[in-house]
Amino acid sequence: MLEGWFIVASSFAYIGLLFAIAWYADRRALAGRSVIANPWVYSLSLAVYATAWTFYGSVGRAATDGVGFLPIYIGPTLLLLVGWFVLRKMIRIARLTRTTSLADFVSSRYGNSALLGGLVTVIAVVGILPYISLQLKAVSTSFQVLLQYPQIVMPPPASSLQVMQDTAFYVALFMALFAIAFGTRQLDAAERHEGMVAAVAFESLVKLVAFIAVGVYITFFMYAGPGDIFSRAAGRPDLDVLLAPFGGAAGGYASWAWLTVLSMLAFVFLPRQFQVAVIEVTDERHLKRAAWAFPLYVLAINLFVLPIAFGGLLRFPEGGVDADTFVLTLPMAMHNEGLALFVFIGGLSAATGMVIVETIALSTMACNNLVMPVLLRIRIFRLTEQRDLSSLLLDIRRAAIVAIVMGGYFYYLLAGEAYALVSIGLISFAAVAQFAPAVIGGLYWKGGTARGALTGLTAGFVVWFYTLMLPAFAKSDWLAVELLERGPWGIELLKPTQLFGLAGLDATTHAMIWSMIFNVGAYVLVSMLGSQRAGEHAQATLFVDVFRQTGEPGSRWRGAASASALQALVGRFLGPARAAELFAAYARNRGVERIDDLEGDRDLVRFAELQLAGTIGAASARTMVATVAQEEPLEIEQVMTIIDEASQLLAYSHRLEEKQAELESATRDLQAANESLKELDRLKDDFISTVTHELRTPLTSIRAFSEILHDNPDLDGAERQRFLGLVIKESERLTRLINQVLDLAKLESGLAEWRSEELDLRDVVADAVSATSALFKAKGVVLETRLVPSPLVLGDRDRLMQVLLNLLSNAVKFCTPGSGKVIVRLAGDGGTVRVEVADNGVGISAEHQNVIFEKFRQVGDPMTEKPAGTGLGLAICRRIVGHLGGRMGVQSEVGRGSVFYFILPVAAPGERLAAHG
Amino acid sequence: MDKPITRAHRIASLFLLGLFLFNYPMLALFNVSHTVLGVPVMYAYLFAAWALVIALAAAIIEGRG
Amino acid sequence: MIAEDESSILLSLEFLLRKAGFDTRVARDGEEALGVLTAFRPDVALLDVMLPRRSGLEVCRFIRAEPALAGTRILLLTAKGGRQDLQNGLAAGADEYLTKPFSTHELLERVKALAAGKGSA
Repeated sequence: MLEGWFIVASSFAYIGLLFAIAWYADRRALAGRSVIANPWVYSLSLAVYATAWTFYGSVGRAATDGVGFLPIYIGPTLLLLVGWFVLRKMIRIARLTRTTSLADFVSSRYGNSALLGGLVTVIAVVGILPYISLQLKAVSTSFQVLLQYPQIVMPPPASSLQVMQDTAFYVALFMALFAIAFGTRQLDAAERHEGMVAAVAFESLVKLVAFIAVGVYITFFMYAGPGDIFSRAAGRPDLDVLLAPFGGAAGGYASWAWLTVLSMLAFVFLPRQFQVAVIEVTDERHLKRAAWAFPLYVLAINLFVLPIAFGGLLRFPEGGVDADTFVLTLPMAMHNEGLALFVFIGGLSAATGMVIVETIALSTMACNNLVMPVLLRIRIFRLTEQRDLSSLLLDIRRAAIVAIVMGGYFYYLLAGEAYALVSIGLISFAAVAQFAPAVIGGLYWKGGTARGALTGLTAGFVVWFYTLMLPAFAKSDWLAVELLERGPWGIELLKPTQLFGLAGLDATTHAMIWSMIFNVGAYVLVSMLGSQRAGEHAQATLFVDVFRQTGEPGSRWRGAASASALQALVGRFLGPARAAELFAAYARNRGVERIDDLEGDRDLVRFAELQLAGTIGAASARTMVATVAQEEPLEIEQVMTIIDEASQLLAYSHRLEEKQAELESATRDLQAANESLKELDRLKDDFISTVTHELRTPLTSIRAFSEILHDNPDLDGAERQRFLGLVIKESERLTRLINQVLDLAKLESGLAEWRSEELDLRDVVADAVSATSALFKAKGVVLETRLVPSPLVLGDRDRLMQVLLNLLSNAVKFCTPGSGKVIVRLAGDGGTVRVEVADNGVGISAEHQNVIFEKFRQVGDPMTEKPAGTGLGLAICRRIVGHLGGRMGVQSEVGRGSVFYFILPVAAPGERLAAHG
Repeated sequence: MDKPITRAHRIASLFLLGLFLFNYPMLALFNVSHTVLGVPVMYAYLFAAWALVIALAAAIIEGRG
Repeated sequence: MIAEDESSILLSLEFLLRKAGFDTRVARDGEEALGVLTAFRPDVALLDVMLPRRSGLEVCRFIRAEPALAGTRILLLTAKGGRQDLQNGLAAGADEYLTKPFSTHELLERVKALAAGKGSA
């Protein structure tokens, strides 16, 4: 099972699975259904922190230091607790400034300093090389160890081999290819890699399961539980020491504390951690879940480290087996081939995940902050004139990945043999910790300057190199060992491992203390002594006050362009005429006669940007202005900004179009709503005015006759009676009017109470007819009914009665006394019931038919008396019928009478059946 | 997020508690070569304290308060 | 002349003015009012603003445009009390303006004053 071809085939099958996951996640992302927009996936992706170091190295560390491997994981646990304050701030800023890497972030904070971006990149790349070499070493070592199965033999030192025979070289080659395939397939403006994150989350699960599997196997199957392991160890003084690792001196505790701090910083400032935690995050709220889920993950993966270490030390007491390989060699010793292969895959998984994410992050930095600025500055390449730079960018990134991985390989050749895995990794941790003062200072202290950051970073980096890198090279016989033992030129105070006489500390703590003193000291001192440029200050404020920001960052654009180009640009958004007007006014203010004579200086650019900002927003305005002004030679970081933004231009303008269409339709809707509101307001005024008029008319009569009666006590009885009758009649009219106005108001406001009952309209019609029969008789009008049995309707009996009474009294009103005839018809028709009241009266002209249902619209014969009535009756009727789900109308011909009808829906079929049954 | 300030305070306090638990002098108290239930005291202490911090974090973050 | 479409108001006005000794003619709409005006040439015209067929304001303008009616004083009656209505009425050439419901005493005084003013003009 553990032949070479099978191990290689399994490895490639596993990597193929990772590719499949990445491909699937990318496709889901394109479809807008991200698989990584999930706090669990985010927490798992953070676990890219656990590399081959964790997988193999922790056991190695535990075999010499006991619990000394733990600060590396307790640090991130503590950091994530304050992550909601610190990391969230960085995520916000990264989004706001469209930061794509740590170098970008630092450069952006200090006024887009290209120099600073470049320096961060150099430090990151150099600092990470040991870390990458660690992964290569772990994979090649584990592969070679596995190949020797069933024997357990440590591989020979790499430096004794030809490069082409060295497993690590091939491992490096394939890792570089994987990284290229994962990270540089296409150019993404936001530098987000959903597929990569999904694959990393998956590999995090695999390495966790693999490690726990081997831990459980060793602890419970090889030995009889942790108690068994530790009680066996208790008998050996060399192991007993490991149980209480702090040697009593404060040094042990200081080292522990420094490692904790170092790992807190590394957890944020390692390029791959910054990539997954800040750049790839889909929602800052995922930080909350990660604050306990990620610590739980590292707790789980560390639980069996000590039992495995002790188990290994007990199993291989001779010391011929490197403790870094115990995870693998113990199952091999027990001849558990399947588990050994699974462990190898787990370790490969951990290493691959790290190398892929790290090199992608580093290559982005190297490309954007190191290579491109140089290329753009060299005029021969004429890059600023080229429209599409995307394929060039991708090639640069691919080359950078290969260079970085190969750099890691060469570090492995030079210095990889001297140290255990963890010690190599700590060198990288200390390197990226150098970013802490500039970044954390930049987040909370507005006074930090670019110069301060440059000086601090340089000082810290130099001290780091001197105290950690030089000793590593020296121990590998690459440099004279005298340097370590006596110091350069024999100056003891400058000994790299005991700088200025500071002795008694481990190398990492020693390096951290000195590099931080120089780094922080230089950063603060230089910042306080110097001053910020204007642009720098703006960025400092943006970063420190990011939670107070609401919109886009202020304009960084300081370019220049021709007046005519700017005018054309503004014209594209505001219309050419308006643009000409604005530019002419600007020219007049400047005392320039013609627009063409305007200088295309930064003021004019700013002016154009402001005009555009009002229309398309500040951010888009800057982008648009950038497209016009880009011919002008500018500072490098501004050209970078333009290239960056130009690639987003298409997406922007598309979104703008959508937004504009939305706005236009919203405006139209608003205008329509406004019109109808105005109309309603006017109708209400009309209504009030009409009601007032209608109320005043009967009041006038009442008052006049009352005064007449009051002033003329001598009126004869008949006249007196007649006048009193008029007062009564007008009072009644007033009462009726008030009631109907109130009724209508109730109907319109929806406050009216409705009963809903099944009605046979024949009964209602019959009642209405009998109620009005006296009226008909009095006027000598014939009333006929033709009522066909029809389905029941749902309605309010009183309200329908009101409608019928109104129609009947209207009909009789317009009929000629003596010859008048009114017919009431009732007929069912499928789902509806129709009621008609037809008269042979004066009729209604077509033009009036439309308005009689409106309030206070009465039609009377102008030559005769005004019809008695309020003008509200039909309006009320129509509302009642409408409320019951029906409709009301009129058919009429002048001189031949009118037919008023209403149609109501029948009650639901089930109810109808029941009613008939 | 009903009371973000309270929750932020709790998390910050937990951070300080963590600093306390994982440093001198707390570590010195457990720096002995005994075992408890067959597990070295230091090892047991660190993982127990670690689990406690994680549990508290989960309770504060996922809880309703 | 009294032009009013509400029969009960018309009746009360006719009664009041007759009682006060005026010779009255009535009209129930604007058209009728024009006829009465031309034939009768009253000293005072009481016009309801909201008359059918021709509004009181139209009748008002007709009186002011007709030289034969130069001596006719106009009292507008309206059920609308707005400032705009008052201005419209005065602009159309009315001399006086009363809002319904009005006091019969005030009405009589106004009519008497207008009739007397006619004599002095």
